[in-house]
Amino acid sequence: MSALVIRGATPYGEGAPVDIAVRDGVITAIGSAVDADGAQVLDAGGLVALPGFVDLHTHLREPGREDTETIETGSRAAALGGFTAVFAMANTDPVADNAVVVEHVWRRGREVGLVDVHPVGAVTVGLKGERLAELGTMARSAAQVRVFSDDGLCVADPLIMRRALEYTRALDAVIAQHAEEPRLTVGAQAHEGELAARLGLAGWPSVAEEAIVARDCLLARHVGARLHVCHVSTEGTAEVLRWAKARGTRVSAEVTPHHLLLDDERLSSYDPVNKVNPPLRTAADAKALRQALAEGTIDCVATDHAPHASQDKDCEWSAARPGMLGLQTALPIVVRTMVEPGLLDWRGVARVLSERPAEIGGLPDQGRPIAVGEPATLALVDPAGRWTVRGAELASIAANTPYEGMELPGAVVATLLRGKITARDGKATA
Amino acid sequence: MPPRPRGAPEPAGQRELLSAGDVARTIARMAHQVIEKTSLGASGARPVVLLGIPTRGAPLAHRLAARVAEFSGVEVPVGTLDVTLYRDDLRRRPTRPLGQTALPPGGVEDALVVLVDDVLFSGRTIRAALDALRDVGRPRAVQLAVLVDRGHRELPIRADYVGKNVPTARTEEVHVLFTETDGRDAVRLHRAGDPE
Amino acid sequence: MRHLLGTDGLDPATALAILDTADGLKRTLLGREVRKLPTLRGRTVITMFFEDSTRTRVSFEIAGKWMSADVVNVSSSGSSVKKGESLRDTALTLAAAGADCVIVRHPASGAAHRLASWLGHTGTSVVNAGDGTHEHPTQALLDMATLRDRLGGVEGRRIGIVGDVLHSRVARSNVHLLTSFGAQVVLVAPPTLLPTRIADWPVGAAGSLTVAHDLDPELPTLDAVMMLRVQAERMHGGFFPSAREYAITYGLSEARAAMLPEHAVVLHPGPMLRGMEISAAVADSPRAAITEQVANGVHVRMAVLYHLLAGEEEAV
Repeated sequence: MSALVIRGATPYGEGAPVDIAVRDGVITAIGSAVDADGAQVLDAGGLVALPGFVDLHTHLREPGREDTETIETGSRAAALGGFTAVFAMANTDPVADNAVVVEHVWRRGREVGLVDVHPVGAVTVGLKGERLAELGTMARSAAQVRVFSDDGLCVADPLIMRRALEYTRALDAVIAQHAEEPRLTVGAQAHEGELAARLGLAGWPSVAEEAIVARDCLLARHVGARLHVCHVSTEGTAEVLRWAKARGTRVSAEVTPHHLLLDDERLSSYDPVNKVNPPLRTAADAKALRQALAEGTIDCVATDHAPHASQDKDCEWSAARPGMLGLQTALPIVVRTMVEPGLLDWRGVARVLSERPAEIGGLPDQGRPIAVGEPATLALVDPAGRWTVRGAELASIAANTPYEGMELPGAVVATLLRGKITARDGKATA
Repeated sequence: MPPRPRGAPEPAGQRELLSAGDVARTIARMAHQVIEKTSLGASGARPVVLLGIPTRGAPLAHRLAARVAEFSGVEVPVGTLDVTLYRDDLRRRPTRPLGQTALPPGGVEDALVVLVDDVLFSGRTIRAALDALRDVGRPRAVQLAVLVDRGHRELPIRADYVGKNVPTARTEEVHVLFTETDGRDAVRLHRAGDPE
Repeated sequence: MRHLLGTDGLDPATALAILDTADGLKRTLLGREVRKLPTLRGRTVITMFFEDSTRTRVSFEIAGKWMSADVVNVSSSGSSVKKGESLRDTALTLAAAGADCVIVRHPASGAAHRLASWLGHTGTSVVNAGDGTHEHPTQALLDMATLRDRLGGVEGRRIGIVGDVLHSRVARSNVHLLTSFGAQVVLVAPPTLLPTRIADWPVGAAGSLTVAHDLDPELPTLDAVMMLRVQAERMHGGFFPSAREYAITYGLSEARAAMLPEHAVVLHPGPMLRGMEISAAVADSPRAAITEQVANGVHVRMAVLYHLLAGEEEAV
């Protein structure tokens, strides 16, 4: 691979700008006025260099719903959003509950080559919550699955969840739980609060999430397993996590950009672009989640990028599918909610968008320090950049962004995956 | 339309066509005509009913009835007939509130109904009134009394009793004021667009 | 007024104008043999009912026909809806076919709002005839018309709404309309059948909406009591233990009705489950205004159509 010099970037937004020399995918020198010596030069003046982002929670929809997203279009969206690795959720059609499907996803990701696509394996066969899927076979497949999740559905049966946690101990893997007690959310449409009650939308109570998180923390501790909590959405869940971590439970947690920024005031239009699971909570919840992320109770940000066709969104609320696009807007929302108010600095952004998710997902070559000898897997960010979100202009096939028309701070100017430029100035470079 | 304070100067472009005294005299003359033309009080004459068209046809009908009673000794039943639901121009104006329809206890069946309105212009209100009247009964005959006929008819309709004929331009507006609705009696001519 | 989607946010002046028009229409039609007005001749009104409700659909249909509108009924059975066409496409098709007004009943809360947004660029008006568990504004307006007839008005009056408030669009629409007219509303229900934090809803003056779980102490204080319909299938959701316990605790028996003040009115949106939420004797007693509600329903819906369709078209 040809050599590259990144000129004038500021790693982690700290100190003076430096040049970063890259050869064969590895950082070979960092310093002032590194000699280009015929290498390609990437002008990064004014940009912040961060380790490439890792998304623990992406729905790429392939196989099954290629009309809304494919591994190729999703990879493009990821690269444009500064991501260098994504975990593709298992709720495809067919479900990724066996080695054949996870290896297909893995291989397609490699073929596209814009981002490392790590398939998530289903915990139970067909996401039905009844029988464990072949977790070991998936772990030992070419895809080397290290994260298992029935996301979209909760592993509700406590015995199945206990067994899954126990079993994955042997695989050095983690169960990522979509925490939603199904009996408490029958027909649920929106956060169970004053507004949903007025609007006649059946409530999704916070306690349905908190009860499962508490139960699973107890189970994980009991069997000595690792647990990851998907899309934490309530203040109460943050409190449960704080308690569980304090007593040594091996639990990690993610929060989505939309739960950091948006709240249930969005419901009043009945526009299902705001329908998501777990639902948008109250402004007080969003504030508590930002605090929990800043202090590390919540480990990382994950997008829950969920493309949906317009006919599944531009309909009546209860008929609409839950989910929002997230890959290209993740960093800007983190800047808006965490960096601008001073809750995180750029080092903190690197932690929540790259280092911690790479650790949780078991990726040894992602979320690495920006240092000589480390992979040149980077996101170059313009902190002063401003852009207006247009769903139709995003790389995903679907356009269901809740941020339509919003001007957001923080633009990803370039993304590098092991020295290869995968996105630059708003264009994915395959 | 709020009443103009007494003694306030006459705004430009406005003209008083009838004073309060003129209004009273005109109504008295119309009452005499009604008595004569309907043979009121004569033996065998059909009962007469006055129906005012809201808003200002209603007080006019009551005044006319009072004068008729005064001059002839016959108490003529008075009612109101709202024509809003029968108008053909509803979609040209903001939604109108409904006026009141209140027929006298005897109704209009077989009576000589005199429709009473303040101003006769295009004739469309009277057309609507004829439709409305048809839905409430079957009078023997229908006549029309108006305080002012300002011309510009768009339908083959004419008044049987006219207080005053006023030649106007289409762009002008005739405003009839009654104490009951406006605080004083007068008939005024405005150029279109003039402030009230 | 372009649409009637709910009473939440309905300007009281507009609500009053509708009620006054309904009153005028009622007086106009009183004792007439021919109850037909030419007002909406040439206008097309489509009722689109995705839930069975003969009484509401017929009430709208009669209202439209008495105003001489062309009324077309579309029901979900046998229509394109059953063939998988989306609500959006159905609505756009009906608008393109020349509907001046679409009256929609739908099991999804917010369906009428969605329809109004899809039809925003057309001239078509939307009337919400009941959306999920959200609103049923014409029911609240006809209840208000009935209370005005019986009590002369609701300002300062105390109105009890009893039963399954949680799943009731009638209750929601009434809470908004009654409080915006200055009434005190008390919701009487077991905690399982009350919406989240309803006492905190931003309606009316402070303290104009309260909650009680015990019906008997409220009865002597009420000027009107509105008994909501209870659907037996709610029992399976565990909202209350049994029909018997519900009837004993919240049913309006003769003994309970006797605790109401002399002048108090009994309302029910229908269809009634006699013996469950209301005893037959109370439903047939003179204080019950249930048939007046039905009659007022037609006049109120005529008035709504008049205010939507008989004025100058508002800028789109």
